[in-house]
Amino acid sequence: MTASILTVDDSASLRMAIRIALTGAGYTVTEAADGAEGLAKATGTRFDLIVTDLNMPNMDGLEMIRALRQQPAQAGVPIIFLTTESDDSMKAQAKAAGATGWLVKPFQPEQLIRVAQKVLAR
Amino acid sequence: MSGEDPTAAFRIEAGELLEQVEQGLLDLGHRLDDMNLVNAVFRGLHTLKGSGAMFGFDALAAFTHHCESAFDRVRKGDVRATPDLVSVILSAADHMRALVDGDAPAAHGQAILDRLATAVDAAAGISAPVAAPAPRKQGWILSFRLPPDAMANGTSPLALLDELRELGEATIVATFDKLPALDDLNPGHCFVGWDCTLIGDISREAIEDVFLFVMDDMDITIAPLAVEEAGEADVAAAPEQAPVVVDAPVAANDITPRAASANRAQGEHVRVPAERLDELMDRVGELVIAQSRLSQLAGHGHDLSLRSVSEEIERLAGEMRDTMMILRMVPVSTLFGRFRRLIHDLANETGKAIELVTEGETTEVDKTVIERLFDPLVHIIRNSCDHGLEKAEDRIAAGKSANGVIRLSAHQAGGEVLITITDDWRGIDVERVRAKAEANGLIQPGQVVSEDELLGLIFHPGFSTAAQVTNLSGRGVGMDVVKRTIESLRGSIDVKSVSGQGSTITLRIPLTLAIIEGLLVRVGEGRYVIPLAAVEECLELSLEEDLRSRGRSIITLRERLVPFLRLRDLFETGTKPDTYQKIVVVGTGAERVGLVVDQIVGNHQTVIKAMSPLHRNVAAFAGATILGDGSVALILDIAQLIAMSQPREERRLAAG
Repeated sequence: MTASILTVDDSASLRMAIRIALTGAGYTVTEAADGAEGLAKATGTRFDLIVTDLNMPNMDGLEMIRALRQQPAQAGVPIIFLTTESDDSMKAQAKAAGATGWLVKPFQPEQLIRVAQKVLAR
Repeated sequence: MSGEDPTAAFRIEAGELLEQVEQGLLDLGHRLDDMNLVNAVFRGLHTLKGSGAMFGFDALAAFTHHCESAFDRVRKGDVRATPDLVSVILSAADHMRALVDGDAPAAHGQAILDRLATAVDAAAGISAPVAAPAPRKQGWILSFRLPPDAMANGTSPLALLDELRELGEATIVATFDKLPALDDLNPGHCFVGWDCTLIGDISREAIEDVFLFVMDDMDITIAPLAVEEAGEADVAAAPEQAPVVVDAPVAANDITPRAASANRAQGEHVRVPAERLDELMDRVGELVIAQSRLSQLAGHGHDLSLRSVSEEIERLAGEMRDTMMILRMVPVSTLFGRFRRLIHDLANETGKAIELVTEGETTEVDKTVIERLFDPLVHIIRNSCDHGLEKAEDRIAAGKSANGVIRLSAHQAGGEVLITITDDWRGIDVERVRAKAEANGLIQPGQVVSEDELLGLIFHPGFSTAAQVTNLSGRGVGMDVVKRTIESLRGSIDVKSVSGQGSTITLRIPLTLAIIEGLLVRVGEGRYVIPLAAVEECLELSLEEDLRSRGRSIITLRERLVPFLRLRDLFETGTKPDTYQKIVVVGTGAERVGLVVDQIVGNHQTVIKAMSPLHRNVAAFAGATILGDGSVALILDIAQLIAMSQPREERRLAAG
């Protein structure tokens, strides 16, 4: 069974790059353009992994992660956030919000896949 | 979803981001303390940098990084937003645009960064980054305990242990000393700790990498394995050996909730290449044509059920065409928004305060029309700033506000959109226009010319009243180019001016270029479409009158001379004229011309087909359309016909 991954990013190009990388590695990918949409798509289901940007309009990544972790059904779902090296304080905040891990932009597709493999329970 | 090229998508996205950043900066220029704007700008730069680096725009990422850092400091209250800073970042945004396009001179970027540094230094404190420790080899003894909420937050302890085992020979023992009483046990929490001996040539980084995501919040000691003393090593009690335990870091500075900065409350959108819309439009056009043939067939027959189906299809095809039109519409705000930057720059260049007011931004116009309106509008605005805007002291002396106000407004009227550019400046100097026109031989000295006609002269090729050519309007194009562009959009341009009070330029543009409301006429055997917007009136030209006017192709219409063209001659149909020919008087702005046709067939709304590449340069026609019976009718290009009529008439007058 292939793992299903939700990717949340307001940048269409980045979403596209993530989708291409992950589907190439055999995962099933669902896309959302901001936190609100991500939350809506994740609610009522359980993805094997969520990859999200933090800086987004409507609802940012932090708010979305917090809201997701409020849902008992989302306990234990790995959430990887995308960040840049200049964002150390964001890392702490995102983790406090309930994120599992992060990936520093810019990243190569292989790095994304490695991180996905790292947090996906085998 | 095809055409999967993230880089191309990024270019488009970068353009939009830069537009947002620019708008944000311009707003920020007025409201320097608005943190929502600061955040919005920061977010735009941040995304641009991140995505740029992803798609190989390294120069862009590196350059944007500096601007982002500067804004980050503004965001954190470290540096105040100053007009200077806003200005530098605005020019930086231009440079970023050039970097996206790949034609940016590096020296230019450096100059901007220097200015940026100066602007930031004007109000800053300094902080320095921390260095990282060096690697080590050997075996290791680890003791670790995950944060209680690790599992709920998606960390799988088993995955971590597996990763450790992949590094080298691992002996892992679980410790249960922190296990609470059953009543207190939260099954979602992780109470188990692990001790692990890891043998092999493993770097500390590799181990830290395993715990990368939880390192900051967990208890972990990583101590090098001293092989001889392995028995004594009390791993749990050797904290000073290893600089490891880290508390929850950094008193997080509150980030402002971003809900308020709802820049764009966007619903679901699908991005579609414009040419696909064009393709669809073509198909819909074909459908409408096929449908009108069907209607004709059904109308001639006696099959009632066929007729009812045909009517149904007629209705559906009409609705489909209307929907198709709406798909291509975009609000003029996308156009108007781009002028804020222009006004900002103009104000800087001229040193005069200019205020831009926009109205009716929600008015929707065909995307192609919007794109082609940009250049003419830029020219009109530049031109008016250059010629009309007074100095602040002159304005105050004239009892006006110190700021020059320019107003861009749009509204829809029937099948047209009216775009007006109004300023409250000194207006167009009619006497100077006259002097210039006389000097250029456009009118005779002392010739009686109405004010409207004088104003119309500014659209004459080569006309320019600028005493000296400035950076603003001295671009080698005159208002005649503006007029030609507007006419190529089947629109018209009109100017009004009150000396000392300001001027108004009105553009009338059809809502869409894809459909035309036309008057179908017959000349000889052929049928032609005249754009209805250009038609002023239709007259009868009797045979006697036709003969009488043989020598000179001019009729008198309400005491004005109007030249006319015999389309039968022009198109060399070789047919005899009908007994009662018609003159269709068409005009754009102040110029008019009569077109002599054999018969007026009636109104005809139709989808325009472009001429084939071979025929594209045929001057008199703007396109073609297919009629209900399947035959082709050419669409007349009125502006070209008017231009053609003038030299002909002049030649005739000269010869006669």
